[in-house]
Amino acid sequence: MSLESAEAEGTTPARSSSGVGYLWYQLRRSPLTMVGLGIIVVVLFIMVAAPWIAPYNPDKLDLLHRLAAPSLAHFFGTDEVGRDIFSRVLWGARTSVTVGLAIVAISMGFGTVIGAFSGLVGGRVDTLIMRFMDVVLSFPSFVMAMALAAALGPNLINAMLAIAVVRIPFYVRLARGQALSLRSKPYVKAAMSFGAPRVQIMRRHIMPNAMAPIIVQATLDIGLAILTASALSFIGLGAQQPTAEWGAMVATGRDYLLDQWWYPTFPGLAILITAVGFNLLGDGLRDMFDPRMRGR
Amino acid sequence: MSFLSIIRRRLIFLVFVVFGVTVVTFVISHMIPGDPARMMAGDRATNEIVENMRRQLGLDQPLWRQYVTYIGQVAQGDFGISIRTQRPVIDDIKRFFPATIELALAALIFAVAVGIPLGVLSAVAKDRWIDQISRTISVTGISTPAFWLGLLLIYLFYGRLGILPGSGRLASGIAPPTTITGFYTVDSLLTFNWPALRSSLIHLILPALTLGFVHLGIVTRQIRSAMLEVLQEDYVRTARASGLPRRTVLFGHALRNALIPSVTMIGLAFGDLLYGAVLTETVFAWPGMGNYVVQSITALDFPAIMGFTVVASTAYVLLNLSVDLVYMWLDPQIREVS
Repeated sequence: MSLESAEAEGTTPARSSSGVGYLWYQLRRSPLTMVGLGIIVVVLFIMVAAPWIAPYNPDKLDLLHRLAAPSLAHFFGTDEVGRDIFSRVLWGARTSVTVGLAIVAISMGFGTVIGAFSGLVGGRVDTLIMRFMDVVLSFPSFVMAMALAAALGPNLINAMLAIAVVRIPFYVRLARGQALSLRSKPYVKAAMSFGAPRVQIMRRHIMPNAMAPIIVQATLDIGLAILTASALSFIGLGAQQPTAEWGAMVATGRDYLLDQWWYPTFPGLAILITAVGFNLLGDGLRDMFDPRMRGR
Repeated sequence: MSFLSIIRRRLIFLVFVVFGVTVVTFVISHMIPGDPARMMAGDRATNEIVENMRRQLGLDQPLWRQYVTYIGQVAQGDFGISIRTQRPVIDDIKRFFPATIELALAALIFAVAVGIPLGVLSAVAKDRWIDQISRTISVTGISTPAFWLGLLLIYLFYGRLGILPGSGRLASGIAPPTTITGFYTVDSLLTFNWPALRSSLIHLILPALTLGFVHLGIVTRQIRSAMLEVLQEDYVRTARASGLPRRTVLFGHALRNALIPSVTMIGLAFGDLLYGAVLTETVFAWPGMGNYVVQSITALDFPAIMGFTVVASTAYVLLNLSVDLVYMWLDPQIREVS
């Protein structure tokens, strides 16, 4: 969404406000989006601060206190070898969230470059790339990621690569569509006809408008990526013991479900809350950037 | 463009997709570390036995020839013998596929039955508390790890309350109904097998809730945004202004039109449900394709993995095609042009 059109509706403060200020103004208007942002800030803080805020070493065994129920000493209880589940959930943020961010960075990076290239070159190359992407998009992506992860060997890096690869075509489509439509936009043509420097056109008109939908998609994708990576870990194709990773913790905790409910519950809750955070923020950003959604 | 030419184009595309899927799965399954010949022959087999096994499986042939042989067989519906179950893969698929479809359909029914009213309410009461609740439900839905939700439900309804079963399709003492469709609920209904019907229904509840919850979010959100769009249309305003009852306007005018764009999305969601079933089936020991493929991956059973992927992708593309056709048929603008 551009500043000008928002101003026309009188929904925005004075023109002098910077892009960031405007973004912040819009964010504050949506309580759910702010909740999402708040969750993400907390999760990122936990990621960074895990070594200082975790009460125990996440890998330290304590065979005397195995499968202890939640208490003041162990907020989330302990696991089958006496490790503190609370500390492992905090440390797990590092693994799970980093993997989610990395998946999106890889698929967005490759997808955007391929898509923009395809859209700008056009012609046969474009057709060939897009037909290929259509075929890849027709694959059942989770099953493909499973098969790829199994083929590469079950570990977290391979699971991450597998998920990233099957997500690339989504960004290819998105970026290509942007490249195609922006080339012929009246305001781009107008700027050109006024003799605006190319760099300025790129910076002021092309980049902000091309990146917005891609960034929105990426934000929404982080939640999905975290969910998918933890799902692969759950079926044994991702993080392996003793790594503190949320999906793998739920998988081990599954064996203790009926007697020690807390074991699988808390790591799973961490996945849910984190995914909610990214999805709320992504939704909010999409509403802001999609003029059709505004005011709804 | 006419219906027929669209169908023709899409069928040609389908051939490409299936070809692509077979190539990719073939390559992937041959990248899987481990030696299937040795696995099949067993740990104590001599090298000679393993070599024989390798020849028997055709694994001593060059890759391209293995692929050509494979694609020839696939064209005849032959996906080879599963290394793990020792049965033809196609028989396994026939056996497990109905269970997955039954589960996915039940989940879809749940998602649609709850999602459509919730989406409508949400749009009508935009920004009021009911809208906030429904948006919270839909965001939670798409953010919930299905395997975890399944575990929580098992803990609560099976472990704590003891009112619902936590695994399988039928209670252990009950024989499966005579196979007609492969859906236990439908088959037991058709054969008047009441104990099997009751047992299959209560076994379906938790897995269907688990799988359906994620899609409930997607359906609600889609219906909400389609309704919001339609409610601003002139014909809705006119209908309102002419004094038609609110219900008539809402359901007769608005919802009918909001459903048109939603069909595509709900159809596609069904395709996703089939894959979501992989996790749900693992948690609930549901004897369907998802469980089958996870066990096949663990056992490096590549004829089974390839068979599953080819069948599932073909089903996915066919499903998309039929969804598009239904969409075209529903939308008068498109229907009349063609």
